Amino acid sequence: MRKIRVVIAKPGLDGHDRGAKVIARALRDAGMEVIYTGLRQTPEMIVAAALQEDADAIGLSILSGAHMHICPRVMELLKAKGLDDVIVVIGGIIPDVDIPKLQAAGVRGIFLPGSPMQDIIRFISENVRPRVEQV
Amino acid sequence: MKSVTAETARQRWEREVLEPSLRKAPERPVRFTTISGREIDRLYGPEDVEQLDYATELNNPGEFPYTRGIHPSGYRGKLWTMRQFAGFGTPEETNERYKTLLSAGGTGLSVAFDLPTLMGRDPDHELSLGEVGKCGVSVMSLADMERLFEGIDLAGITTSMTINSPAPMIFAMYLVVAEKQGADWKKLSGTIQNDILKEFIAQKEYIFPPRESMRLITDIFSFCAQEVPKWNTISVSGYHIREAGSTSLQELAFTLRDGIEYVQYGIDAGLDVDEFAPQISFFFNSHSDFFEEIAKFRAARKIWADVMRDRFGAKNERSWKLRFHTQTAGVSLTAQQPYNNVVRTALQALAAVLGGTNSLHTNSLDEALALPTAAAATLALRTQQIIAAESGVINTVDPLGGSYFLEKLTLDMERGAKEYFDTIDRMGGMVEAIEQGYPQKEIAEASYQFQQAVERREKIVVGVNDYVQEDEAPYPILYIDDTAGEMQLARLAELKKTRDNGKVAASLDALRRAGRGGENTMYPLLECVRAYATVGEMCDALREVWGEYAEVPLI
Repeated sequence: MRKIRVVIAKPGLDGHDRGAKVIARALRDAGMEVIYTGLRQTPEMIVAAALQEDADAIGLSILSGAHMHICPRVMELLKAKGLDDVIVVIGGIIPDVDIPKLQAAGVRGIFLPGSPMQDIIRFISENVRPRVEQV
Repeated sequence: MKSVTAETARQRWEREVLEPSLRKAPERPVRFTTISGREIDRLYGPEDVEQLDYATELNNPGEFPYTRGIHPSGYRGKLWTMRQFAGFGTPEETNERYKTLLSAGGTGLSVAFDLPTLMGRDPDHELSLGEVGKCGVSVMSLADMERLFEGIDLAGITTSMTINSPAPMIFAMYLVVAEKQGADWKKLSGTIQNDILKEFIAQKEYIFPPRESMRLITDIFSFCAQEVPKWNTISVSGYHIREAGSTSLQELAFTLRDGIEYVQYGIDAGLDVDEFAPQISFFFNSHSDFFEEIAKFRAARKIWADVMRDRFGAKNERSWKLRFHTQTAGVSLTAQQPYNNVVRTALQALAAVLGGTNSLHTNSLDEALALPTAAAATLALRTQQIIAAESGVINTVDPLGGSYFLEKLTLDMERGAKEYFDTIDRMGGMVEAIEQGYPQKEIAEASYQFQQAVERREKIVVGVNDYVQEDEAPYPILYIDDTAGEMQLARLAELKKTRDNGKVAASLDALRRAGRGGENTMYPLLECVRAYATVGEMCDALREVWGEYAEVPLI
């Protein structure tokens, strides 16, 4: 069966990549194909990576408070590229008041500090689009 | 007469006292390890510290190798500096917070800059989207620096600035503000973090490639030796290494090895070691494992004294003395049950004080959720004041000195750090080790191990994987909106219209020439600042000359 393909990205200027790297490794150990973009990715770069890598999911790690600018832009670009079925999850420091706004913008999973890695792995496995098995 | 096979006092105790007791009441079936995974024995006694020679390994406070402290009278003379890191939004908002902290009894300032400033980008750069004024204060030009310190006498306080890649630009701005206030540079005191190696290793706020970055640092060493002799030119930082997931030992070893690298580069640039080494200071994390942290602080002082005297041949005692700032561990704070963080921070602060820290920042209880509210920041400062005024730990110097457990741990930390030094020396130095990704991989591995231990509940985080509370009341946070970002964007446009742009261009040209040649970059940078060039413009000028660093993303 085709492995679930996940792009993990750090958007914005922040370099605190501990969370992104830990979750990337946890997803890989759970049998997913993980593409880690590295730091300082613009929404355009992230969506281009998702397209090129034929990703099923995008995981964004944002701790800096820039999520309300970055996430809606990523969602908009995905739509424009016809990648509406790529699920987007975000991990980081997200104030409660922003959660409904991010959900309304189409972000599927929001994982706050202290979230178990197993919850994130399960969420992605259960929510990615069903893929036709490749021959 | 004793034979060599005679039972030791410890073995007798184990046979006669411990074993019967364990048969009746066994120990819990867990591994007794520190938060860094270090195995801890059931008991420590005289035999564990047999090798410890008081005069050479510990000695009295104020005497080489300073294991028990650099001041003969500890905190009885002067308490540590209570230095609370703060910054958000516009320079005016942060200026107001500083005045609050100073009037609440804070004794030094510590500036947190926003990400665009830290990365040498102006607010109108595409990567600054949504980041202006969010994680710290936005400082684009001298005009913002003037607003930040409005009404604060720079000759009368010490200021620490957490700035790394653009440290020379921001420091130049501070110096020009001081100059405008009429302050004498020779009397100014404070610290710039200016530690680029830990950026490559851990926090990743780098701009230029490693060797050019090191040159900016040695330029500051020689500039300050001449012009600002009391300024701490670098704060070699383990804090971020630890926050990125290292163990306590890795924090100690990589930080001190970074320190060695800076001293070596200074010497290689033609400086006399005793001319710049006294102005090198350090910055450590105080994490939750109480004794392991205290051992780390004590070992750090001893290792540095040895290194400076024996490896570099420093003659000045001030070069031997490791002075350090401490911040409690941000990464240990939980978003769940935030009031628990007050307790974590108090214990971590106590460890820092028992380790002899020279200054301290205590985190606020809400920092896993947002930047702190004024009330939370005040409580964090009160935590230090309670330790100083009420706990009694300041009455005597190094009160835990001589504890079998602590002294053994201190020795083990020292040995472990020296093994790391050997490995890094074999690679050719820290710059080479970083280029090979060595410390980065060590830290990533340690952070993954810890996370797995938490998932398996081998390590308990109260409120997160045990003692969980489902019905938590929401905690009111400081919400930073986009007002500051919009204001700074407008100000940037206004600045570019009102300043003398010919003068700006000429000063930036002079900076490029210094970057290509060998002239100390601080002098042309001061001219750029006086012309109101922005942080982004100054960094871009050097980006054109030196290029930018990009790491290979590894997981």
